[in-house]
Amino acid sequence: MNRLNQLFDTKKEPILSIYFTAGYPELNATLDIAEALEKAGADFLEIGFPYSDPVADGPVIQESSQRALNNGMTLNVLFDQLKDLRKRVSIPVLLMGYVNPVLQYGVERFCAAAAEAGVDGVIVPDLPMYEYEELYRDCFGKHGLSNVFLVTPQTAEARIRKIDELTNGFIYLLSSSATTGKNLDVSVTTESYFSRIRDMELKNPAMIGFGISDHRSFQKAAQYTRGAIVGSAFVKILGASDYLANIPAFIRSIKEG
Amino acid sequence: MSYHVNEKGYYGDFGGAYIPEMLYPNVEELRSKYLEIIREPGFTAEFEALLRDYVGRPSPLFLAGRLSEKYGAAIYLKREDLNHTGAHKINNTIGQILVAERLGKKRIIAETGAGQHGVATATVCALKGLECVVYMGEVDIERQAPNVARMKMMGATVIPATSGSKTLKDATNEAMRDWINNPENTHYIIGSVVGPHPYPDMVARFQSVISEETRWQLKEKTGSESPDYVLACVGGGSNAAGMFYHFLDDPKAKLVAVEAAGKGVHSGESAATTALGKEGVLHGSRSILMQTEDGQVVEPYSISAGLDYPGIGPQHAHLFKVKRAEYVSATDDDAMRAGLLLARLEGIIPAIESAHALAHLDRMTFTGNETVVVCLSGRGDKDLATYMKFFGL
Repeated sequence: MNRLNQLFDTKKEPILSIYFTAGYPELNATLDIAEALEKAGADFLEIGFPYSDPVADGPVIQESSQRALNNGMTLNVLFDQLKDLRKRVSIPVLLMGYVNPVLQYGVERFCAAAAEAGVDGVIVPDLPMYEYEELYRDCFGKHGLSNVFLVTPQTAEARIRKIDELTNGFIYLLSSSATTGKNLDVSVTTESYFSRIRDMELKNPAMIGFGISDHRSFQKAAQYTRGAIVGSAFVKILGASDYLANIPAFIRSIKEG
Repeated sequence: MSYHVNEKGYYGDFGGAYIPEMLYPNVEELRSKYLEIIREPGFTAEFEALLRDYVGRPSPLFLAGRLSEKYGAAIYLKREDLNHTGAHKINNTIGQILVAERLGKKRIIAETGAGQHGVATATVCALKGLECVVYMGEVDIERQAPNVARMKMMGATVIPATSGSKTLKDATNEAMRDWINNPENTHYIIGSVVGPHPYPDMVARFQSVISEETRWQLKEKTGSESPDYVLACVGGGSNAAGMFYHFLDDPKAKLVAVEAAGKGVHSGESAATTALGKEGVLHGSRSILMQTEDGQVVEPYSISAGLDYPGIGPQHAHLFKVKRAEYVSATDDDAMRAGLLLARLEGIIPAIESAHALAHLDRMTFTGNETVVVCLSGRGDKDLATYMKFFGL
């Protein structure tokens, strides 16, 4: 059982996860940001490794990815930075990114390096379930990594069941079918979708992501699931010059309003 | 050996559907229905009638006499340039608009590089009265202004892609993002044999009319349906996929795909994917693409906007790997000179894309008895400004 499973087993309050892109706004800021987030009260982290063609992302994360690449971020650089991860950060950490950099790094080598660094899980939105199950599941399992799949309002029930079976961590519920950085619009349809998933009584806990940007949307998400993931709204505040100093106030604004 | 897609969506090691979950329902709907739809008698009848009466098919197979004399082989041009809208792209958009209609979609999106696919999509949307949104790189919008005007005239909305290199790759990213954000009412008409399964297979099937006609036309003209060589240019590879389709299992036909080498394969400004690329995933399928060691997609370059793409379709990656087709390249200079040569010898101004295929004739050696078919995938009207600038005309 890794840190992520433990968190979901023990935490009673709504869980807040924060996404940020490694290498943005500065190449070597990764662990400073991670440490500041833990101190400010984030429950777990998703560290994005940048990709040149992030089709699931909206403008904010695209821009941060491009800036990170321009700054020189690569998987090699990231794993080098993560050597000190567990000296500075104790909350669960997942790596999130697109499949091609992982394939070029080598899936086995990627899993080994992630485990070595003390990473708890991986989210690769464009890695298909079929390929994961046939080719990579054993590798992830061997290294104790949770693999997290996304679910949208259009995902069919049988497929959600299959995802639940293949996942060992949590299920990443998208608030709507959208690229990142849109605001959560809680309509009757969204609520019925969240309730539908809740009523399926899946073995994995669920978190809501995409469109969570403030206390109101965080609270709404926590009514239906264990908590929520904030990405674009956080990446936006990293654009300011004193970004580390702004982190505590940001986390407070999400958790407490 | 099979050169076609298997039931898992793969061509050998290549293909698949590497897509985020947000695209899964759309792609899965298409995957589970496309074969059934395109085999319906009603579909086939409408597709064939539109290709005949609207596109102007069959496109002629023309024996280019003076070009043949120059190279010492019987060189036939498959005249896709004579299609309505000026290129092979319309074969695919006609097929896909009929699929979209049968799926009940009301809104069509597309990406475009040179603008030929955007024009072909805007055309069929006007024909069917469907809303049309075309994503086009900001750089391409500037260098292909006449095509932008055509799309607008036919009622399409053209949205500039402003990320990355601002060309075809980025237009494709934007179209995929649009599809993610519009998961129910929209069909994405991909213009090449790229993207997640079933696109590469579906597009190749719609383009296969090129080689289907070529075979009976050759039989009529030469007594044999099998040529010695079949040449086509490759960006993503749709005209080549259609030109090769009915020759894949013909052992006599040597298939040659010509990529764009830009300013030279190793100049750093090139789109010669098989020479420079490695296996990986781009735009939803496993294929060969130009990328850094870290797996970041490299910005390609070619003077021709239609070949300016960092990958090739998964079927091409397979044909390359198993050596069923030979993949070569031609530089900007080679292609431009070949374009001018065709204009002077045959009175045909080819698209710069197609001129890359013609350029390879210069590197081939013939004994005098060979039959060669070159896919003249598009006409050069859209490239006049580039030709004029290059040659100081």
